[in-house]
Amino acid sequence: MSAVLDNTGLATAEPSAVVAFTPRPPVLRNNALMDAVFRNLTRFFAFAVFSLLAAILVSLVVGSMPSIRKFGLGFLASAQWDPVQDNFGALVPIYGTVLTSAIALAIAIPVSLGISVFLTELSPVWLRRPLGTAIEMLAAIPSIIYGMWGLFVFAPVFQDHVQPFLADTVGKVPGLGILFSGPPMGIGMLAAGIILAIMVIPFITAVMRDVFELVPAMLKESAYGLGSTTWEVVRGVVLPYTKVGVIGGVMLGLGRALGETMAVTFVIGNAHDFSASLFMPGNSIASALANEFNEAVGDVYTSALIELGLILFLITTIVLAASKLLLLRLARGEGTRA
Amino acid sequence: MATASLDNPTYRRRRRTNAVMMALSVVALGFGLFWLAWILGELLWEAAAAFRPSIFLRMTPPPGSDGGLANAIFGSVLMSGAGTLIGTPIGILAGTYLAEYGQRGWLAPATRFINDVLLSAPSIVIGLFVYSVYVARVHHFSGWAGACALAIIVIPVVVRTTDDMLKLVPNSLREAAVALGCPRWKMITRVSYRAARAGIVTGVLLAVARISGETAPLLFTGLNNQFWSTDMNRPMANLPVVIFQFAMSPYDEWHRLAWGGAALITLLVLGLNIAARSLFARGRN
Amino acid sequence: MRAKRILAAATLAAAALATQAFAADITGAGSTFAYPIYSKWAEAYKEKTGVGLNYQSIGSGGGIKQIIAKTVDFGASDMPLTVEDLQKDGLQQFPTCIGGAIPAVNLKGVKPGELKLTGAVIADIYLGKVKKWNDAEIRSLNPHVKLPDTAITPVHRSDGSGTTYIWSDYLSKVSEEWKSKVGKGTSINWPAGVGGKGNEGVASYVQRINGAIGYVEYAYVLQNHMTYALVKNSEGEYVSPNAKSFQAAAAGADWAAAPGMNLMLTDAPGKGAWPIAGATFILVHTTADNPANEKQVLDFFKWAYANGSRIAESLDYVPMPPSVAKLIETNWKEIKDASGKPII
Repeated sequence: MSAVLDNTGLATAEPSAVVAFTPRPPVLRNNALMDAVFRNLTRFFAFAVFSLLAAILVSLVVGSMPSIRKFGLGFLASAQWDPVQDNFGALVPIYGTVLTSAIALAIAIPVSLGISVFLTELSPVWLRRPLGTAIEMLAAIPSIIYGMWGLFVFAPVFQDHVQPFLADTVGKVPGLGILFSGPPMGIGMLAAGIILAIMVIPFITAVMRDVFELVPAMLKESAYGLGSTTWEVVRGVVLPYTKVGVIGGVMLGLGRALGETMAVTFVIGNAHDFSASLFMPGNSIASALANEFNEAVGDVYTSALIELGLILFLITTIVLAASKLLLLRLARGEGTRA
Repeated sequence: MATASLDNPTYRRRRRTNAVMMALSVVALGFGLFWLAWILGELLWEAAAAFRPSIFLRMTPPPGSDGGLANAIFGSVLMSGAGTLIGTPIGILAGTYLAEYGQRGWLAPATRFINDVLLSAPSIVIGLFVYSVYVARVHHFSGWAGACALAIIVIPVVVRTTDDMLKLVPNSLREAAVALGCPRWKMITRVSYRAARAGIVTGVLLAVARISGETAPLLFTGLNNQFWSTDMNRPMANLPVVIFQFAMSPYDEWHRLAWGGAALITLLVLGLNIAARSLFARGRN
Repeated sequence: MRAKRILAAATLAAAALATQAFAADITGAGSTFAYPIYSKWAEAYKEKTGVGLNYQSIGSGGGIKQIIAKTVDFGASDMPLTVEDLQKDGLQQFPTCIGGAIPAVNLKGVKPGELKLTGAVIADIYLGKVKKWNDAEIRSLNPHVKLPDTAITPVHRSDGSGTTYIWSDYLSKVSEEWKSKVGKGTSINWPAGVGGKGNEGVASYVQRINGAIGYVEYAYVLQNHMTYALVKNSEGEYVSPNAKSFQAAAAGADWAAAPGMNLMLTDAPGKGAWPIAGATFILVHTTADNPANEKQVLDFFKWAYANGSRIAESLDYVPMPPSVAKLIETNWKEIKDASGKPII
């Protein structure tokens, strides 16, 4: 008996030695067609998703051409923002974006570490789920709520109590004090950085908690067995093991912070100014776009703003891609350890 | 053999360091929960004053007058609904390719990677993209442009969850179906989808939660509308942009409405998240 | 089977959405300076005729951009365009009413109308030269006011603004240093301060920040009970902002002689004139791509000229006098549709 492969690719045994060639029945013919259609349909949409990133990049580049042609690379170094003379530079928005994100990470990293350590090492098991959910609720709150809360609730408290306190204590320290000089306005770079920190804490915590749970129990128990304290296990076993993943999580938080619009626009103060003090208002790329795009008059102005968007897109794409690569490396490295 | 004494300076120092670090981690937790409690508490406090049935019945008022958020809520529902309807099939189909056909070749791993980048991409850039490609060409803002921008945000979320959920379906189910002579497409739709149904729905719910609060992409696409409008081809009122405008204004009535709208969105988002979580937990059992 | 039913329902829903259920609304965008009066006029007009005006208060810069891009039916700007720009973009402009830009302050213990300022001092504040409220320059003008040792936070506009244009035009006239360093425009290189979005954003920041000063249209001062300052005019008097002083500023305005109706009213001569007054303009295309919509725009403003005076006065805007309204309506005859026929 010879096996015949029918069109679904499955072997069927034929019952008799005499083979009559039967044309494929319509049902099976349809199935082959449907299979091809379905496969290509899904592949088409996968390809569409794949090309979306490139499409966004191309459209941003095309939109920025007038500005690129006019300013060239000097755009990145210029602190000018003069819509009357059509002279623009990205330095102040880039500085604001980077600075607020840096402040956010400076606050969020230790806090996220602390929360993840608590969730994985200290917390009783019954508390883990609700606490984790509570932290994820912070992530779910839309950013416009953060912005509103920041402007209405946080800024007045910041202006009346926290900023004078900072100005009186750290502000008096020579050198460092310049960071905390200037009139307390409630809004400004520091306020924006703090609100961003609150926003990215849940993201970084979620990734850190997930990677901390990847550490094989045996490694930790060996360390405990040798008499390590919890902190020593975290510092000596968990963190080195998950080092790459932690950095990946931090970069994910950074990517989010860089692109955040609404939370920052409410409280950053929208000033195209350079200032050493964190109390002063500034501008981030996203808030400049939100404030000025719909009102930009003229090709150069509009394309300068689109070029800002392009710069933001490139920065966040690089950071997010790096974060993803690091996390993949950790996941792959997982399998090679005993 | 005598054992070394435990009560020595080194050990005490180690214990102290441990106690300090653990205390700091509890402080960190308290820090995080403090902000959550403050934000949600303030939101509920302000919303309690703001919530009245008129929010759902009256239109957004001109400055200085009282009114509601009816057209903004309706517009948001329309645009989010349209965005979800456009983005979900694309997301599910692309995710299906990644999970079911993606074992070989370059497209699946590359798409997965790019999808994750898109997941966290700044939504304002998405708004710029839709503006350049759509609004600038047809010369007017519209509800459809807003829906497109929201769809682009929905797609990565749905792709990711569909991919993850389909990968969780045990291969034995697939092999059983194929062994019975099931063509591949039927196997995917009748077996894989059905098995992963709860997870995929969870993904859609999470995507809806995500776009409910998005403001930046709608700034350059849907714009806003003072009146009631069902015309998706013209600027459309929507809740996040209205909240933005009202909150940044100096008028008290507008502030009250902004808090009401913010509370609505937060309730919706948190509710969807909880629903998604419980659905997923139930679906796995 | 279920899929087919869902598909049918979706198609029906889409069809329902695609049809317009209400009378065509006219869309406009631009000046936040005029937003309070336009929104009140729109409310009354909708009650009377059922036609809605969907006005987006995004700043004069945005209004100019949107009308040039033809994404709205009319643009509103407090900065009048030059004749060259009007011809280049095929636009006609006409003023609708006159208001004033007012310095509003946030100083505890200072009552509205108590503080006196001059244009030169305001320029110095916005240049960042005068940093504290108890600075000698301000104290010399206000010997009897208790000025605190608070830092001044100048609030300006972060978006493209006609109010900024009026403000900076005035400062350029009264301060040589301002004119050479900063100049005038809808979006200028501010040497100091915080940026708010729209008149609304400026008013909001002034209310929040202790020691802030910002420039807003008078209707915003009224609606939000803000503390305003008096400003010295060209005759040397300290004038209070109200419809009378805006009217005095507009008294000498010769609209018929201004080409393209491009007229600035800052630092106007005359007794009792508010020094920082300005008209707000509407921009429409001279060749109407959508004659029905554009006619509705003109009908709306015709109604406003005839019936909107009381509403304007309630917010201390000065309505255009009937002679000027007639001149504007005569100019409308030059607006034609694609075939060359006047639309009104």
